[in-house]
Amino acid sequence: MSTVAKTGFEKKGFGATLWDWMTTVDHKKIGIMYLLGGGFFFILGGIEALFIRWQLLKPQNDFVTAGTFNDLLTMHGTTMIFLAAMPMLFGFMNAIVPLQIGARDVAFPFLNSLGFWLFMLGGLFLNASWLFGQVPDAGWTSYASLSLASDGHGIDFYAIGLQIAGAGTLMAGINFLVTIINMRAPGMTYMRMPLFTWTTFIASAMILFAFPPLTVGLFFLTFDRMFGGAFFDPALGGNTIIWEHIFWIFGHPEVYILILPAFGIFSEIFATFSRKRLFGYASMVFATVLIGFLGFMVWAHHMFTVGLGPTANAIFAVATMAIAVPTGVKIFNWLLTIWGGSIKVTTPMLYALGFIPSFVMGGVTGVMQGSAPLDYQLHDSYFIVAHFHYVIVGGVVLGILAGTHYWWPKMFGTMLSETLGKITFFFFFVGFHMTFFIQHWLGFWGMPRRVWTYMDGQGWNVANAISTVGAISMGIGILVLIINAIMTTVKNEPVANDAWEDGRTLEWALPSPPPFYNFPQTPLVRGLDTVWIEKQEGNEKMYTPAEPLKDIHMPNGSILPFVMTLGLVIAGFGAMFRLEHTWGLPVLIGGIALVFLAMALRSVRDDHGFYVPKHLIAEDQQKYEEGGHR
Amino acid sequence: METNERFTKETWPAHPETATLEGKNKFLGFWLFLGGETILFATLFGTYLALRNSGPSGYEFTTQNLFDLKLVFAMTLLLLTSSLTSVYAIYHLRNYNFRGVQFWMAMTALLGTGFLMFELYEFVHYVKLGFTFGSSAFSSAFFTLVGTHGLHVAVGLVWVTLLILRNAKRGLNLYNAPKYYTFSLYWHFIDVVWVFIFTVVYLMGVIS
Repeated sequence: MSTVAKTGFEKKGFGATLWDWMTTVDHKKIGIMYLLGGGFFFILGGIEALFIRWQLLKPQNDFVTAGTFNDLLTMHGTTMIFLAAMPMLFGFMNAIVPLQIGARDVAFPFLNSLGFWLFMLGGLFLNASWLFGQVPDAGWTSYASLSLASDGHGIDFYAIGLQIAGAGTLMAGINFLVTIINMRAPGMTYMRMPLFTWTTFIASAMILFAFPPLTVGLFFLTFDRMFGGAFFDPALGGNTIIWEHIFWIFGHPEVYILILPAFGIFSEIFATFSRKRLFGYASMVFATVLIGFLGFMVWAHHMFTVGLGPTANAIFAVATMAIAVPTGVKIFNWLLTIWGGSIKVTTPMLYALGFIPSFVMGGVTGVMQGSAPLDYQLHDSYFIVAHFHYVIVGGVVLGILAGTHYWWPKMFGTMLSETLGKITFFFFFVGFHMTFFIQHWLGFWGMPRRVWTYMDGQGWNVANAISTVGAISMGIGILVLIINAIMTTVKNEPVANDAWEDGRTLEWALPSPPPFYNFPQTPLVRGLDTVWIEKQEGNEKMYTPAEPLKDIHMPNGSILPFVMTLGLVIAGFGAMFRLEHTWGLPVLIGGIALVFLAMALRSVRDDHGFYVPKHLIAEDQQKYEEGGHR
Repeated sequence: METNERFTKETWPAHPETATLEGKNKFLGFWLFLGGETILFATLFGTYLALRNSGPSGYEFTTQNLFDLKLVFAMTLLLLTSSLTSVYAIYHLRNYNFRGVQFWMAMTALLGTGFLMFELYEFVHYVKLGFTFGSSAFSSAFFTLVGTHGLHVAVGLVWVTLLILRNAKRGLNLYNAPKYYTFSLYWHFIDVVWVFIFTVVYLMGVIS
C-alpha cells in the first residue's frame, strides 16, 4: 500500500503507458481506441471490397475462386457493419457526448472499457477465420438454410465473433442511455441537448431493443451448428424463416443505429459552418425519435419475396414509405440551416454538403424497393447493392469521415491538413458515385448480386469496369486520409480550445485534447448552443461554472474487462473445436470459468475510485492558461 | 454522500439505493438492462410458440403428454415465495436492519435453490424419456427458453451468495445498498418471466 494517494497526474514510462491504455476507463481514451480499432477494420473491409471489385473488373475473371469470393463478400459486409461503422461512431460518441453534456465521464466507465474490448477481441476472433482458412461464406445475413450447409468453422467464427462483439455493443448502448439521462450538467434540459447527443440517445435506445434478438438468433445458430439443436432444421420440425425474422428484427433497426449518429454529426457540422442555429431544432428531435420508432416496424420489407402474403407485405410497404417523411423533414431542415448562413466550406462541411444529394438518392431508391411489387423485380439484383451502399456509404461513411475531420482537433489536439482533407473528399466522393451509381443500371440490366463472375456479351462489361475504377478512387482517398493523419500526428501543432473558431457546443470550451477530468468545474448550460451564447457575450472562458472548484471524484482503471473478454474468446475456440478435439470441452469450460472468476472478483473487490485534489486541478488549469501543456 | 460512510438508523436515507450518483446510475442502468432482457425472452417465447409440438414425422412428444402441472406448481410456489422474501430484504434495507437483509436474502437464495433442483430434476426426467435437446425443433426451443430462465436463476444464486458473504462483516453502506437493490430487481424480473413460462409453456401446453 503506497502512502502517496493517487492523484491522476502521475508521470508514466512506456510500459506504464501501455498498461494505462489497456486498463483505462477514461471515455476520451476509449473513444480514441474505438476510432482506431474501427479504422483498422474499415481498412480491412475496404481491402476486401477492392478484391471483390477487382474480381468483377472483367467477365469470367479468375482473380479469386468462387469460394473465396463468397468469403470476401461475407466478411466485407460483416466487417463494415459490425466492426467498422458502428465502432467508429462509438468512438465519437465516447469522445464527444460526455463533453457535450458537461459530464465527467460516462455512467459506467468499467462497462465502457469492457464494451470496447468485447468489440475489439470479438472482431479479431471473427477475422481469425482467415488464418484458419475457414471463413464465413453465407453473406452478412447468414440465412440459416445457407449457413447450416456451410462446411468448416467459417459460420462458427461468425456466430461466436458477433456474439462477443454484440454483447459489447449492448453495454455501450445502456451506458450512453444512463449517461445522457442522469449526468447532464445543470441547465442541460433535453431540448437543449446538441443533436449529436440526441441521435446518440435514440441510437442507444435502439441498440437496447435490437441487439437482444441478434443475441438469441446467434445462439440458435450456434446451437444448431455446434450443439445439435434443431431450430432451423425442417427435417426435425425446424423453420429457417425464423432466422430471417430474428435477423431482420435486429438488422433493420441496425441501419438506423448507424445512420442516426451520422445525422447527428452532420447536424452539428451544418450549424457550425453555416454559423447559424440549426433550423427546426424541435422538429429535428421529433424526426429522430420517429425514425427510431418506425425503424422497428419495417423489418419484413427485407422479406417481401419470402411469401408472407399480400397483407403482411402491404403493411410493411406502407410503414417503410412512412419513414421517408421524418427523413425528409431532416433534409429540409439541413437545407434551411445552410440557407442564408455565413458558410465556410471546410472539409467537414464539404462532406456534409456532399452527403445531402448522395443520401437523398439512397432514400429515393429505398422508397422504390419499399413498394412490394416493384421489389419482386429489384430483389437480389445489383440495384439493391447500389441502394444500400448509397445510404451506408453516402450517409454513414461520409458522416464518419466528416466527424473524423471535425473532431480530430478535439480528440488529438492537432488539426488534420485541410488541403489533404479536400483531396481525400474529392477522390472518395467521385469514386463513390462512380462505383455505385452505375450499379443501379447493372441491376436493371439483370445482373444478380453476390455472383462470383459473369459471362461476356450481356452488356455488363463497361459498367463493371467503371465501378471497379471508382472503388480504386475511393481507396486512394482513404490512403490520402491515412497519410494526412500520420503527417499531422508527427507535426503535432497544437490548436486552441475552439479549434474551428465557430464551435457552438460544450466540447469546444475545453482544451484540445481535454484534461482527464474534463471540466474543472461542472458548467452551467444557458441554452441551446451554450458556447455560442457565451462567446456572443464576450466570455473568453466560453462556459459559466455551476459550482465552486472542488475535489473531483474519478474512477480507477482495471484490467478485468480485458480478462473477461479474453475468457470469452478462449471459450469460443473451445466451443468451436469441441466436436473434433478432446481439448475443446475443457477449454470451453476454462474460458467460461475465467469470465465468471473475473466477474466475481469485480463484484467482491470494492472500487471507490479516487479524488483529484482541487489544488492540483487549479495548478493544472493555470498551466493551460500559460500554455504550459505544450 | 460518501459511499463508505457509517450510518445510524436516523441518518440512513429513505432510498439508500439511489442516494449516490453511482446508485442512481446502477438503478437506471439495471432497469434498462431488464428492458433488453425482456426483448431477449420475448424472442425466445416467439420462437417457442412457432416451434411448439413441431418435430420429425411421427414424433411422440407433445405438450399434452409431456408436462406435469403438479411439479410445475411446486416450482411456481417456490419461486414466487422467493420473490416475496426478497421484498422483505429490501424492506429491511430501507430500515437499516442489516441482519434482516442478510436473513431474507439467504431465504431467497434457499428457495431459489429449491426451484433450480426441481428444474434440474424435470430436465433429467425429460432427457431420460428421450425428449433430448436435439431430438426436435420443439425440444430445442423448449430447453432453450426454460433453460435460459434456469440459467438466470443460477446466475442470481451465485450473485446473492457473493453479496451475502462479501458484506457479512461490514454491514450496510451506500456502496453495497444499490447492489442488494439491483439484485432484488433482477430476482423480480426472473419471477415475472417464470409467470409467463408457467402460463405460455405449461398451462397453455396442457390445456390447449
